[in-house]
Amino acid sequence: MIYLDANATEPLRPEARAAVLAALDLVGNPSSVHGAGRAARRVLEDSRESVAARFGAAPADVVFTAGGTEANAAAIHGLGRGRRVIAGATEHDAVLRAADTPLLLPVDHDGIADLSALERMLADGPPPLVCLMAANNETGAVQPVAEAAALCRAHGALLHVDAVQAAGRIPFDLRAAGADSAALSAHKLGGPKGAGAILLRPGLHLPALVAGGGQERGRRGGTESLPAIAGFAAAAHAAGDASALAELRDAAEAACVAAGAIVVGGAAPRLPNTTCLALPGVRADTQVIALDLAGIAVSAGAACSSGKVARSRVIDAMGLSDLAGCAIRVSLPWNATASDIAAFTEAYARMAARLRSSALAEG
Amino acid sequence: MPPHMPDMTAMPPRPNRPVYLDNQATTPLDPRVWQAMVPFFTEHFGNPHSAEHAMGRFAEEAVETARGHVAALIGAEPREIILTSGATEANNLAIKGAARFAAARGSERRRVVTVATEHKCVLESVADLAAEGFEPVVLPVRTDGLLDLDTVAAALDDRTLLISVMAVNNEIGVTQDLAAIGRMARAKGVLFHSDAAQGAGKIPLDVAETGVDLLSISGHKLYGPKGIGALYVRRRPRARIAPLFSGGGQERGLRSGTLAPPLVVGFGEACRIAAAEMLLDAGRIADQRDRFLDRLTRDVPGIVVNADRTRRIPGNLNLTFPAARAADLMQALPELCVSTGSACSSAEVEPSYVLRAIGVPDEAAARTLRVGLGRFTSPADVDYAAAALAAAHGALAAKAA
Repeated sequence: MIYLDANATEPLRPEARAAVLAALDLVGNPSSVHGAGRAARRVLEDSRESVAARFGAAPADVVFTAGGTEANAAAIHGLGRGRRVIAGATEHDAVLRAADTPLLLPVDHDGIADLSALERMLADGPPPLVCLMAANNETGAVQPVAEAAALCRAHGALLHVDAVQAAGRIPFDLRAAGADSAALSAHKLGGPKGAGAILLRPGLHLPALVAGGGQERGRRGGTESLPAIAGFAAAAHAAGDASALAELRDAAEAACVAAGAIVVGGAAPRLPNTTCLALPGVRADTQVIALDLAGIAVSAGAACSSGKVARSRVIDAMGLSDLAGCAIRVSLPWNATASDIAAFTEAYARMAARLRSSALAEG
Repeated sequence: MPPHMPDMTAMPPRPNRPVYLDNQATTPLDPRVWQAMVPFFTEHFGNPHSAEHAMGRFAEEAVETARGHVAALIGAEPREIILTSGATEANNLAIKGAARFAAARGSERRRVVTVATEHKCVLESVADLAAEGFEPVVLPVRTDGLLDLDTVAAALDDRTLLISVMAVNNEIGVTQDLAAIGRMARAKGVLFHSDAAQGAGKIPLDVAETGVDLLSISGHKLYGPKGIGALYVRRRPRARIAPLFSGGGQERGLRSGTLAPPLVVGFGEACRIAAAEMLLDAGRIADQRDRFLDRLTRDVPGIVVNADRTRRIPGNLNLTFPAARAADLMQALPELCVSTGSACSSAEVEPSYVLRAIGVPDEAAARTLRVGLGRFTSPADVDYAAAALAAAHGALAAKAA
């Protein structure tokens, strides 16, 4: 099986594996005051410092959660209280569904948020909470977060950044971005599933979504999942620049285009590991199944709610409705190799030739 | 020897590893659980929601098998199990979710009832609902830690939306009569939630027998991993709740977010083992407890066991020492892991609200330790703990006198 679905989940990095296994041997509850508890607490706080340092926050401003969805939800519920919420049109469901009726910030054909529209929306009412993802999960489009942050500051708005797909793949730094909060997920940067974090601007208060117990300075109740958090920190530390993947991605893209694919959002600045490939006239789920049978794991979009394959809402929002039902996402994991890409492009070309001719025959 | 340290000449030889008697704070991972979960950290890393490809489907199947084990432990159906990040989240989801769903559906019931000795996350969830127009009611317990059923009956009427009563208390170990409360709640049309974080896998808990509509379980309290738990949500008759947060729509829309297969698989294995070995564990743990308590009561006359002596899990003792502060005992015995109360609030200087609720004066609460025995507690562990506590207590008492 050649795994090219990293934006659904990354393989565990060896550094993260070692940290997880070491933490699994710790007995204590990090909130206990005895020796076993203090040993667990030490790992927890070291992990916090490491995540904080890696992504431009103070350790006290890192709140560990069960994952990216909870991190987004808790930040938006907490910071959006009593504010209107503006969210990018291509945000993940975890963001769009965290607010009651968010105003949608339009994007262009390449999936990049329209900042002049943002400026108009900011001026048109009381200061909102703005949610803008650092990078899109389906197309990899990298949003102008720092520019958006400057606009938000000028209008007294708060900016929350879903950095789940960006963190560990391109530089992301809360302080440098000038954002108020960010959401991270461990398993999207090569850590284990079951951990995530909210980063907060210094001094920003966050009411708890999950109450009780007083953990995480009262901002998230529940015994911390120590092995997952330790693995998260180790993965965050190990995940450097993924730019080497861009070369492999570009090679894959070129070969697929030669086989008839259209790159969705290709003109935007993108994550180095992601490409969204449309094959006009061929349903996305047909493509994904064909590739699965050829031993290649890709996806037709976000990997959520019981794997239903629907039209891509993201591509619709980009105004490319014709392509929304026939695009697949190919996302390279941190350990992708040239031979993985060669196998993929060969399978893709075979699939494209077969399915396009039958699509044309039917059409 | 520093002057503040008690004389340790009467101490038993120190063990070569810490003696862990804090099994209500968290339990060690069962090695069988470790074995089941580790491959899902290392090899099988697929996203269980990526049903489009083989790696996703493999993870999904493992998750569903584990869900079956969790369900079987409490006599539920797999589809009644909503996986969460732990019991705290499950308790928040049950209490806030049930209240919000009922209110959104136009229910007139606004009263949310719970008990003074509940875990903080239950008390805080109930208290948080006051800001949303609900009426929190906190019931007292008797000095034995148990609810008076007449008090419960008086709190249940046609204004009551939900009652939340824990199965087993985390500090004093007593078991509430869930079946009786369940019958009363059902008769009044009141939803019944139980925080079974300390009970599941320790005592038999069956959702039909207890009549619960919602029940919270924690992975790391039954020798599974931290970061995973579950909420049982009854299907017939259906208990309806609103999610705490939304997103990808996983777990029937009630709990969005990518599931963590290693944690889920570990949790499932822990539940499977607990279902098979619960009674064996209970017998062995009760033996260790008796052995420990016999020695301690012999060597520390005047020691008091708090709360009911029979209606309790075998693995918990809440002990008030006659003449030494709990904090001093713990400081004198760094290789012994016991606690002064719940782990969550263990850094607090405030006396335990649970002990206050059962009428223990603050001054006595300061002399009180929680001792939590578990599956991996050995006779040598309890022998050491009893001898060390007795010696340290004697030294501290002599110094104070």
